[in-house]
Amino acid sequence: MENKNERRREEILRISGVNPRKCMKCGKCSATCPSYDEMEYHPHEFVYMVESGELAPLLESKSIYKCLTCFACVERCPRGVEPAKLIEAVRLTVIREKGANHLKADDIPAKLDEEIPQQLLMSAFRKYSK
Amino acid sequence: MKVTYFPGCTLRTKAKELDRYAHAACNALGVELVEPDTWQCCGGVFSYAKDEIASKLPSVRALIDARDKNEPLVTVCSACHNVIKQTNHQIKTDADFAFRMNNYLAQEKDAPAPYNGETKVLHLLELIRDEIGFDKVAEKVQKPLTGKKIAAYYGCLLLRPSKTMQMDDPENPKIIEDLIRVLGGEPVIYPARNECCGGYIALEDAESAKKRSNSISDSAAAHGADMIITACPLCRYNLIKNGSKLPVVYFTELLAEALGVKEDNDGE
Ligand code: SF4
Ligand code: SF4
Repeated sequence: MENKNERRREEILRISGVNPRKCMKCGKCSATCPSYDEMEYHPHEFVYMVESGELAPLLESKSIYKCLTCFACVERCPRGVEPAKLIEAVRLTVIREKGANHLKADDIPAKLDEEIPQQLLMSAFRKYSK
Repeated sequence: MKVTYFPGCTLRTKAKELDRYAHAACNALGVELVEPDTWQCCGGVFSYAKDEIASKLPSVRALIDARDKNEPLVTVCSACHNVIKQTNHQIKTDADFAFRMNNYLAQEKDAPAPYNGETKVLHLLELIRDEIGFDKVAEKVQKPLTGKKIAAYYGCLLLRPSKTMQMDDPENPKIIEDLIRVLGGEPVIYPARNECCGGYIALEDAESAKKRSNSISDSAAAHGADMIITACPLCRYNLIKNGSKLPVVYFTELLAEALGVKEDNDGE
């Protein structure tokens, strides 16, 4: 168990390229996050929980699907930590597991309307499925 | 001037106006937008993961097409622009990514020369400001947008991350406001102009998209705008779907209107 957690943490750090130790815990990323109210764990919490290896709560949390990839935290973090990259990496390690796609093609017809741009479907699949 | 033009999936389907008026306006400005023979969807949103390689191939193929013609690669959709510019930046700055991407490309039929980020990527707004020039546009204005109070909506994709996008000041941009002035309109500055509409969360959590979108259209309305303009089909969809009190139109439509070429291109 210990080992698996550590391997996962290393993978998250590797594919995100983020160094959570640069964080000075100012909270600016979370303060600027438009999805703050929708998240159980906020961008600055992703940073310190990945750093401390507390992955299990993040992997099970809906928060990984609430990030909008709006780059606000990337732009505004004064230390260049770029928390969105970590959130993305955590989400990828979840959805890359067999059968773990968060959005399935069968879910789509019920969500369609006349005006939905293809861009919306493409982006959602890119973020929620593998 | 001839440039390579990447339209993107949505400009051929739900956002035909964005594309059609871009062509009309560019014709009037003496710029020809030439598509690659083939292109594929950029994927809509950039992935930060360092090991996402194959999903970025469509962007790199379009970049190579432009490189081989010695032209800049121009996009109009904010999302295509963001994905392609960030992919280009990644291939320039991440040697491992470049190596693995080029390994993929080497296996293609008629494999291209290795690509290392040589192409210049420009949004149509940048092409207008930096290559054509606002003064040239001003000379061509036939029907100034006099009296129109216009709120430029940048959203998240045009400006961020600014280190890579290098389009404008990410917190206090002016490129669209400057264009509005050149076209004879009156730009409206409002606080939410560079915040996110919710983007793809619309499929996952419609309530969240509604909150985000309303905060933007309400902010523009409260500051006295008559309309909102955007370069992003998804921003436009989210704002309208969630009941924007103001009309939301593509910037290319206003541009074509001011240049006097809108009607010729309506209803195609
Ligand atoms: S990129 Fe994600 S985590 Fe960062 S501010 Fe935007 S929504 Fe929040
Ligand atoms: S903004 Fe940057 S430095 Fe501040 S808490 Fe967030 S990640 Fe840490």
